[in-house]
Parts: sequence; structure tokens; C-alpha cells
Amino acid sequence: MTPTQVTARVTYRIVPVKHWARWIAAIATAAVLAWIVASFAGAQIDWPTVGEYFTFPAIVSGMGITVVLTAVSMLIGIALGVLVAVMRLSSNPVVSGIAWIYVWFFRGTPVYLQLLLWFNIALVFPVVGIPGLIEGRTVDIVSPFVAAILGLGLNQGAYTSEVVRAGILSVDEGQGEAAKALGLPGTDIMRTVVLPQAMRVILPPIGNETIGMLKTTSLASAIGASEVLNEAQHVYLVNNMIMELLIASGIWYLLAVSVLSVIQYYVERRFAKGSSSKALPLTPWQKVVWFFTSRRSVA
Amino acid sequence: MSIQPLVQLENIVKNFGPNEVLKGVDLEVNSGEVVCILGPSGSGKSTLLRCINFIEQPTSGLVFVGDEVIGHRRTQDPEVLQQVHENAIARQRSEIGMVFQRFNLFPHMTVLENITHAPRLVRGHSAAVANEAAMALLQKVGLADRATAYPRQLSGGQQQRVAIARALAMEPRLMLFDEPTSALDPELVGEVLKVMQELAAGGLTMIVVTHEIGFAREVADRVVFMDGGVIVEQGSPAEVIDNPQNPRTRAFLSRVLK
Repeated sequence: MTPTQVTARVTYRIVPVKHWARWIAAIATAAVLAWIVASFAGAQIDWPTVGEYFTFPAIVSGMGITVVLTAVSMLIGIALGVLVAVMRLSSNPVVSGIAWIYVWFFRGTPVYLQLLLWFNIALVFPVVGIPGLIEGRTVDIVSPFVAAILGLGLNQGAYTSEVVRAGILSVDEGQGEAAKALGLPGTDIMRTVVLPQAMRVILPPIGNETIGMLKTTSLASAIGASEVLNEAQHVYLVNNMIMELLIASGIWYLLAVSVLSVIQYYVERRFAKGSSSKALPLTPWQKVVWFFTSRRSVA
Repeated sequence: MSIQPLVQLENIVKNFGPNEVLKGVDLEVNSGEVVCILGPSGSGKSTLLRCINFIEQPTSGLVFVGDEVIGHRRTQDPEVLQQVHENAIARQRSEIGMVFQRFNLFPHMTVLENITHAPRLVRGHSAAVANEAAMALLQKVGLADRATAYPRQLSGGQQQRVAIARALAMEPRLMLFDEPTSALDPELVGEVLKVMQELAAGGLTMIVVTHEIGFAREVADRVVFMDGGVIVEQGSPAEVIDNPQNPRTRAFLSRVLK
């Protein structure tokens, strides 16, 4: 049977959706950006000077101090955070009480105040050390740098402990029970079974807080620690190149944060092991490699 | 001449707050015996099992396993028992294997690492010794080819067989199974029961909380029926399953044997 009449198929023309809102948003954004750029260009900013100060020895060494302060404070913060979180969850009421008071105090007061407190600690403890063995005047030992590390590290510890505690509580109870049933002692259960699994929950906020710490170290300029912002201030108080120095320091911060973001990405990836039945997604770099190699194999 | 039973539970009581889950349970299990505990949900059978290795500490009552009094240490005075710290209980637990309803494999470790973890940490075995023993156990449960897989990559039945191998790696004198097939898809139940049946045939002492009446009838030396926190009836499978005396046992079996 042949159809007597075949209806001609209509060839439709597809009209895409018009994204009016996107256009309006883009134009508005471009206008604001242009205004900001014009303002900076028109302001009394000597751009070659910004470049000069970017590599100025005092600024570079200040950035070095900033990075060291960040790293050491975070290491102290993480070590303390894990310790305090485990203490908080202890069945021993004295131990968990101490942990609670620590978090209460160091989370309950501004980090700026804590920095000043450590810087002036000699007023309370004029001498530190083990009596008869090693002793020293506190003013000699607690330099601005040491005070900054104590202030930032102890403050960070209080915050990190809450992050770690949340991570520990996120691990399925059956994991601890299975490890217990195998006869593992409590410390081994925490170290080898619970904490590695808690890492997946702990790491993203820790990465976030490391990036936060990098910038919080600038508060240490208030107690005279020679980090990058303090160095910038020292210079611009003499030569009045305020914007130039702030921009140069800002670029350094952005650079360091960008590097930390990349590190964060790979560390989180590393701890995702075994958590999903799916294969890990390709890293941006692997995607680039894949893009080129797969093209070549086709050709 | 009477033989000392391997496991002896004396008047085990367990309260969760005002809720009395176990109301004084006595049970003896001989070496090499396979005991299946049946009962409706909420009857306290899983809690009883968890009291044996002190994953759940009984509110009162004593658990004897071999020469040990779990959670306690004998003293000079034969009438005094000293309670011990968690690490000493851990040592006692290492002699008792346990398999859970939801497998509880360590997801961040491979199959092989799951099995060798406790022998290496608790017994101090070298990697080589632990790996060799683990591979032999994987052979036994039919998963030698999955040693490098992560738990997520395995089916439920495979995970549970790895969990059994993990418990066996500690060479326990007693194995506790807490509803080992309840979380499995029906077609995967058989492979786990087969492994358990082989263990039973090998002379391992096993206490199994289960809903698998067929397994209990075929493999158990003794069936214990629990309800309301007490043992209602116990005896051979033929007695308890096929000819129950207690009306509560009868009611339960008529519901599950449909």
C-alpha cells in the first residue's frame, strides 16, 4: 500500500531564547568596571612604582614572613585543633571540660585582642621557662613574631577543633564499632579509621581557613611583626606612596591565595580516595593533556 | 565429666535509659557449637550479641569467654573482679570476631588493607605475614581476585564476605554474626550463607543472630528464641523450629515461615 499523498515535512527554523537579563547585567558590569578602571587610572597612582615595589626587598621579605606566619600558625592550629577535638569527645569529663574552656575563650575573644595579649604577656609572666633549668625574660623571648604565632595559632586551634569535631561526628558509627570489635585500641581507631574518613569533611573548611589565615596575619602588623602589610606601611609612611604599596601588597596576597587554592584542590582530591564508586574526575591539567593527546590520536 | 562451655552469659541485663532491653539472660555456648538466635525485632537479640564483646556494656551480669571475664580481670581474691580500662577490653575483643549487618568495611582501605589492618596493628604481624594470611582467607571466601579493590567497588555479598575474612584474620576463638544477610539483596544472601556454613563445618564456634530460618534449621546445633528481652525457648532446630512449645515462638514462626 502506497500513500497517495505524503504530507511535506515542515522545516522549522529554531529561534533561540533571548537572554535579555544577561545582556543587561553584562553591560552594567562593564560600565561599573570602566568607571573603576578610569578612577584608578586618573588617580595619582604611579604604576611603574607599583611594579618596582612588588619586587622591593622589604616587601618580598615581608611576604616571606607572611607565608611563614601562615604556615606555622596553621600547623599549630591544626595540631591543636585535632587534639582539642579528640579531647572534647573524650568520656573523661576533666579532659572534655578543659577542651570546652579552651574553645570558649579563644573563640570568644577577637583575634586582635589575643595578639595584643600575647605581645604584652610579659606584664603577667615576667619570666618564662623551667625554674632552675632554662629561664628567660619574657620580653626577650616573646618577640612580635613569636607573639603573632602564639596569637594566631591558638586562635586557629579553637576554630579548627570545631571543624575536626564535626568531621569526626560525620563518620558512621559502625566504623568505630567494627574497629573496636577487631580489638584496635582507641588511639589506633581514631588515628587509622575515624580521622582518615573525617578528612573528607575536614579538609574543605581547613583550606578555607588557611586562605583566611594568610590574610589575618596582616593583623600582626598591629604588634609590629614584619609581615608584608607592616613593611608596606613602613615604606609609605616615609614616602607617601600609599596606593602603590597597597596595590603591590594586594597582588602578592592574590598570588599566594591562588597558589593555595590549587594546593587545596589537589589535597582534597587525594583524600577522596575510596569515597565514591565513580572514578575521580580529571584535573584541569589532565583535561588539557587529554584534549591534546586525544586529538593527536585521531589525526 | 562436664566440659567448661566456651561462652557463658550470666544474668545479662541491659538498660537504655528507662528502657530495659535485656531482662536477665543466661546462655552457654560450647566450643565448636553453632547457635542461632531468632526472634522478632526489638526482642534484644542484637543487643545480647553486642554485650558479648562489650561493644555494648551490659548494665549488669557477667560474660565469660574461655578464661576471660570480659571487661574484668580476676584478682587474688576469687570473689573479686576488677573492672578494666578500654584498652584491656580491646585485647579481649581481639579474640572475638564480629560481623555486622551493614558490613562496616573501612572505605578508605583496599580489601587487603581491611583484612591486614588489625593483625598488623594489634598482633604486630609484618606486612608480608599479614598479606599472606589475608590472601589465604580471601581464597577461602572466593574473593582472591578482588584484593586491591575498594569496598565501594564490591557488591553487598562480596563486602560481607570480605568482612568475614577481616574478622577471621584475627584468628578468633568465637565469631559473632549480627544479622549478616539482612542488608543484602535476596540473590546475594546465598553466597554469604555458604561461607558461614563452611566455617561452621570447620568447627568454628559461632553465635548468629539471623532471620534466615532455613540457615538456622540446616546449620545450627542449637536455636535460641528470644522475645521481650528474655530467652523464651531453646533447643535443637528440630525442637524449636519444627515443633515449638511456646506460643510466642509459634506465633513468630508462623509469621516468618509463610
